This record gives sequence, structure tokens and C-alpha cells, in this order.
Amino acid sequence: MKSLLFSLLLALTTPVFAGEALPVGEDPAIEQRMIKLSEELRCLVCQNESLAGSHAELAEDLREEIRVQMKAGKDDKEVINYLTTRYGDFVLYRPPFKPLTLLLWLGPALFLVLGAGIWYFTLNKRSKLKETPVDEKQLAAAAHLLEDNK
Amino acid sequence: MKRWLPLVVFLVLVGFFAKGLFLNPREVPSPFIGKAAPAFTTTEVCQPSKLFSAADMKGKVWLLNVWSTWCPSCESEHEILLELSQKTSAPIVGLVYKELRGDSNIDKRKVKELASNEESALVCQRVTDRLQQLGNPYALSILDNEGKIGIDYGVYGVPETFIIDKEGVIRYKQPGVITDKSMQEVILPKLKELGA
Repeated sequence: MKSLLFSLLLALTTPVFAGEALPVGEDPAIEQRMIKLSEELRCLVCQNESLAGSHAELAEDLREEIRVQMKAGKDDKEVINYLTTRYGDFVLYRPPFKPLTLLLWLGPALFLVLGAGIWYFTLNKRSKLKETPVDEKQLAAAAHLLEDNK
Repeated sequence: MKRWLPLVVFLVLVGFFAKGLFLNPREVPSPFIGKAAPAFTTTEVCQPSKLFSAADMKGKVWLLNVWSTWCPSCESEHEILLELSQKTSAPIVGLVYKELRGDSNIDKRKVKELASNEESALVCQRVTDRLQQLGNPYALSILDNEGKIGIDYGVYGVPETFIIDKEGVIRYKQPGVITDKSMQEVILPKLKELGA
């Protein structure tokens, strides 16, 4: 009886799920903006980490700096500007489109066109090869050789 | 000719990769070269009443060396800085970067509880000890307890050294330790060229 009551009680409980952890920091909105922005930025100390994920001291300082600037009402573009004037385009995981990075951005398209060109010309050449008729005599000789080997 | 084409392409690729292999990914090109040195005002180490600003150096070619006592590479750079200070008349200004807050042996939260003059007093002591022990290459030592000036100069690892010309324009930046080679081949010629 007791176990029945216990299972009944268990069945009656409603599940309670933990809410998503709130970002640390005074202002959650700014914190979220900061994290979103710094995921796009490279940490200069650990270059394969984003500014959002790095535990490097400098990354911490820079995150704080981004917070301060956002609180001061600067938009994302201005904050990125602030960082690129100090650390160069290197901090951006997504390099800007400018003459220096032209090949970087257009390279894939360029190679696609190049590949397509090579493909087209090779196919063209092959289809021309097929059109040349095979010499009847040679064909007979080949057949004859095969016969012999049997 | 056609037979050689794959080999030529291969060799070109090898060339690119070989070049890439010997590039230093740590050397981030500084966007400051040729631009005006960011303005800042701070105080001298051990002399809280003495202000220093970058503008004070106008008319002089000078070096800004960012360092701290907790940084082992800075310690190894010290000797070369002493040599450099003998070989050039350009003053070397030592920016003491996050002396307490950057030291991983010190609890940063405790440092933040200190009043700023208490923090500066501790920094003064540590810097004085170090300079007495190893010699002083600096014409002047200045404070950057919070690392704010460092951020303004795009410093991403100590030591870093900037050469700033008479007009206050940054002409060169050396990330990392100055070696005998870089002193002889780059820094001294650069200082000479700028008329130090």
C-alpha cells in the first residue's frame, strides 16, 4: 500500500526544468551582445580561440573594454572599429572585402571558373577523338590477334 | 611543355608552402606604423605627482618599451635594453604594464581592492628592486596599472617596443624580445634614420 501511494505521488509530480543559465555580468542584454560580437573576433594571444572563448588575460581585458563601450552606447560597428584600429584586420575572423583581400574572397570563384574551363576543353577534345573513324584493317588485325590467343 | 605543367604547378605550390612555413604567425602586423602614437597621460613610477604624456616627447625620437617584472622574456631582454641605451641617445621610456594585475602569482581580486596609490606604491617597490638588480636602461618609467595604455597601443604580449619619431608618429614596432640581431639590423639603423 505504501509503495502504491509512493508511486502515485511520483506520477503526480510535475517535472521542473532548469532555466537557461543567465549570462554573468550586470546587464544581460549587453553581455549577450558582447558575447555575440566577440565570437567573431580573434584573441591575439591564443590565435585559434575567439575573444569570447579565450581565458587569456588580454581577452578578458578586451571583453571588459567591449562591455564598457557598449554601455557607453556604441554600436557593434564602432566597437569593431575601435579594435581594428588597434590590432588591425587580424582580429576579425571575417576579413573585410578590400583590394588586399580580393584574391581571398574571389579566389574560390576564380578557381571554379578555371576548373569549369579545363573541364569543358577536355570534354571537347575527347568528343572530337571519338569522331575519328577506326581503321577497318587495324580492327580486323586486332580481332585476329585475339582469336590466336584462344 | 605540357608534360612539365604538373611539375611546374607542384613547384609553385611548394614555394608558397615553404614561404608559409617560415612566416611567424605571432607577428601580427601593427596597424600603427606610420600613424600618430595614441595620446595618453599617466604618472611616473614612484612619483605619483609627476605626470607624463606622450605629447611631452614631441621633438624627440624615443622608444616606448612595454614590460613588467613578472614577464620572463622581459627579464631576458633587459641586458639588450641596457646595451641599446648605451648605443643610442634616444630615450627609452619603460611602460610598466599591469605590474600587479597581470602577475599570475597574485590574486587579481585582491589587487582590485587596493586603493590606486597603494597599488602604485607596490609597483614602485617591485620595479625599483628589479632595476637596482639588473640596471636601469630607462630614461623614465611610467605606469599602466590597468593595461589601458597597452590596449590603446595594441599590445598583445609583453615585451613590445615602439619607435616614435619627432612628430609623434610610430615608425616601428617590435613585438616580443629585442634580440642582438634586431637591435643591430633594425632598431639602431631606424633610430639613426630618424635622426636620434
